[in-house]
Amino acid sequence: MRSTCLCLLGVLLFANGACGDWRQFRGDATSAVAPDTGLAGDLTQPSIQWSQELPGRGLSSPIVVGDQVIVTASSGYGQKRLHVLSFDAGDGTLQWDRQYWATGRTVCHPKSSVAAPTPASDGQRIFAFYSSNDLACLDLDGNLLWYRGLTYDYPNASNSLGMSSSLVTADGVVVAMVENDSDSFTIGLDVATGEDRWRIERPRAANWTSPALWSNGERTLVLLQSSKGVSAIDPQTGSTVWQYADGASTIPSLVAVEGLAFVPSHGLTAIRPGTTTPDVAEIVWQEGSLNPGTASPLVFDGSVFVLSNPNVLTRASAADGKTEWKQRLTGNFSGSPVIAGGVLYAFSEDGTGHVVDLAKEGEILGTIELGETVLSTPAVANGGLYIRSDGHLWKIAGK
Amino acid sequence: MLNRTFLLLCVVALLASPARADDLDRLISLVKAVGPRGAGHAEATSAIAKLEQTPAGELVRILAAFDDATPLAANWLRGAFEAAAASALQSPQGLPLSDLEAFVADRTHSSIARRCAYEWLVQGDPTAPDRIIPGMLDDPSAEMRRDAVARLLTEAQQAEEAGQPMQALALYQQALTGASDGDQVETLAQALAKLEQPVDLVQHFAIVTEWQVIGPFDNHELVGFAAVYPPETEIKLDAEYEGTMGPMNWTRLAAEPQPAVTDVNEVGKFDLAKLTAPHKGAVSYATTEFISTQDQPVEFRIATPNAWKLWVNGELVFGQEEYHRGMMFDQYAARGTLKQGRNRILLKICQNEQTQDWAQEWAFQFRVCDLAGKGVVSADNPATAAK
Repeated sequence: MRSTCLCLLGVLLFANGACGDWRQFRGDATSAVAPDTGLAGDLTQPSIQWSQELPGRGLSSPIVVGDQVIVTASSGYGQKRLHVLSFDAGDGTLQWDRQYWATGRTVCHPKSSVAAPTPASDGQRIFAFYSSNDLACLDLDGNLLWYRGLTYDYPNASNSLGMSSSLVTADGVVVAMVENDSDSFTIGLDVATGEDRWRIERPRAANWTSPALWSNGERTLVLLQSSKGVSAIDPQTGSTVWQYADGASTIPSLVAVEGLAFVPSHGLTAIRPGTTTPDVAEIVWQEGSLNPGTASPLVFDGSVFVLSNPNVLTRASAADGKTEWKQRLTGNFSGSPVIAGGVLYAFSEDGTGHVVDLAKEGEILGTIELGETVLSTPAVANGGLYIRSDGHLWKIAGK
Repeated sequence: MLNRTFLLLCVVALLASPARADDLDRLISLVKAVGPRGAGHAEATSAIAKLEQTPAGELVRILAAFDDATPLAANWLRGAFEAAAASALQSPQGLPLSDLEAFVADRTHSSIARRCAYEWLVQGDPTAPDRIIPGMLDDPSAEMRRDAVARLLTEAQQAEEAGQPMQALALYQQALTGASDGDQVETLAQALAKLEQPVDLVQHFAIVTEWQVIGPFDNHELVGFAAVYPPETEIKLDAEYEGTMGPMNWTRLAAEPQPAVTDVNEVGKFDLAKLTAPHKGAVSYATTEFISTQDQPVEFRIATPNAWKLWVNGELVFGQEEYHRGMMFDQYAARGTLKQGRNRILLKICQNEQTQDWAQEWAFQFRVCDLAGKGVVSADNPATAAK
């Protein structure tokens, strides 16, 4: 019955054109750019459409599947209670809240939280992941399909500062990076059963970056960034297809667009598989002055955008890395910006949302004050922007 | 075509039918059989789909199954319970509130299952907390105790604000008897210190502050974590071994007493760098004897920014090769058992060669507690004495 329902649901979603979804960290393509038009309304006056209290803390981004906004949270002493919540995208009504107990360690830096990784969805299932390396798979009605405890499986897989790598799904596999100083690995699980498809050892070093999708139009690979560099892996097998071995940041994550990956490495480095040695990445350009802070870079309209610490937004050519303009925002940034309809949205830690017009050299069209600490990255879908703090989930649109 | 459609509908109806009562045990067994690394998923995923349709009258049977479930299986069972409970909550019949309350009251059941039952009970009966929580100060469930402590804490603060310090003092002291979570104990200790009734946090948490120590052995280029040095094969407190600084012996050392400290991250900290020397690329061992009044499961809770290993009675309990990712109260929890009588505890604490200011700490905080976090002291209290 379950599989029949899932198949039917998949057909319905496809028929309804679920392309407006935002199904994983930084969107379906992990590019942080919304494929459809931007937010509805007058963007000079961004306003809160609805807000909902959350039962626990979290740095994870919301994801949007159809008319559902899915968000994770962690509550209780030691954040040992793990939540997956679904809200109605239209009016914010809580549809369900499913809870589990962490089977792995929940200690983390006070600024982080156990609900740090962003969940993912393949449109039929929700995959919720936590710093404890618990991974729950639910259907869209909140029914548990399967549950893994990756620290339960591999007890030395943990980081006392917390883990934050988000999930990514590709080709029927959900990919979880569990990279740390001790038992460090990345694992690919079958979306339907939760069973291992593959597991690969990874550099033994703490790593808070998230996997990203890379495609050259012929095949899709998953890029894993670490202190050692970047590995492009086949999501079906976990085998490495090509590699960049000149080191990379362990905090901001790379972005890949049209076969080119922009990696926080020696500033910012644009790479692609080599033409003569396809298993070794070739450097297209490297620009030391483009230095992503905590926020991850993103690419739009032939340009790459980098938010440096504490708050300088730089637009540079995606072709050669040359700076085009700079704009100073206000505050410090832990979450990453997103782009929708040619407008960039970035939330500073003090809860100020910046609406930046990319066509006008970064002119700030408007701001919105959420009044709470915001350390997360927004999601954009169906004309609305969704952002969360430790206490609330908001939907924002133009007035 | 019609026949095939009819057959399909029959199959769908069969699969969709709620679990029969006599089928529940089998389904629960399949779910409880899930193991590490995806073991048993094929059977469990189909079983849970049916369990999620368990009728309201049978819900507590799922909860009772938590009693001997692994932590992993408990989450699968919780998934099934919550889906079924959500359906019941929406149904005209509603949740089986009296069943849930009886389950909460039965302390022989799993603490997490009772808490789960309590939270769903509250959804159906918002008056339940006032009725239940005041009696939970000595409950086996840390979460139930936490609510009871929080309630008393609020009452004590209100009494203090109302100018009734003696009543406040009594309430704070009562709350402390049930408190085991670091944040609540810290708040209580601060409040009681203000009322000139300092709390011995070393004793409250059962932190071991006196050890026999030997070191440094070699950990240059991180060779020490995997290396087997003599204390790992024999505990002879009168032995002499060759270390990186020459011959060395076991030395009895004690953490610096800090009676005024209420920060749980600092209390009872055994600072190897201060008590011995700030060696780099070094391994030291610390050992003590712990007398248990009975055979009992316990948690060994350790805080350290250094790589470490723990042995109890010669058996390796756990270890983690991680350096300078912070030092936090109860940072690691390793489950093990104590036998009745004398138990030999051995810790290995490794310091690396990082040169940054933030990578100089070489220290640990160690305590023994029950599975819900309440301190367990050695029978020859004070727990801090090294033997």
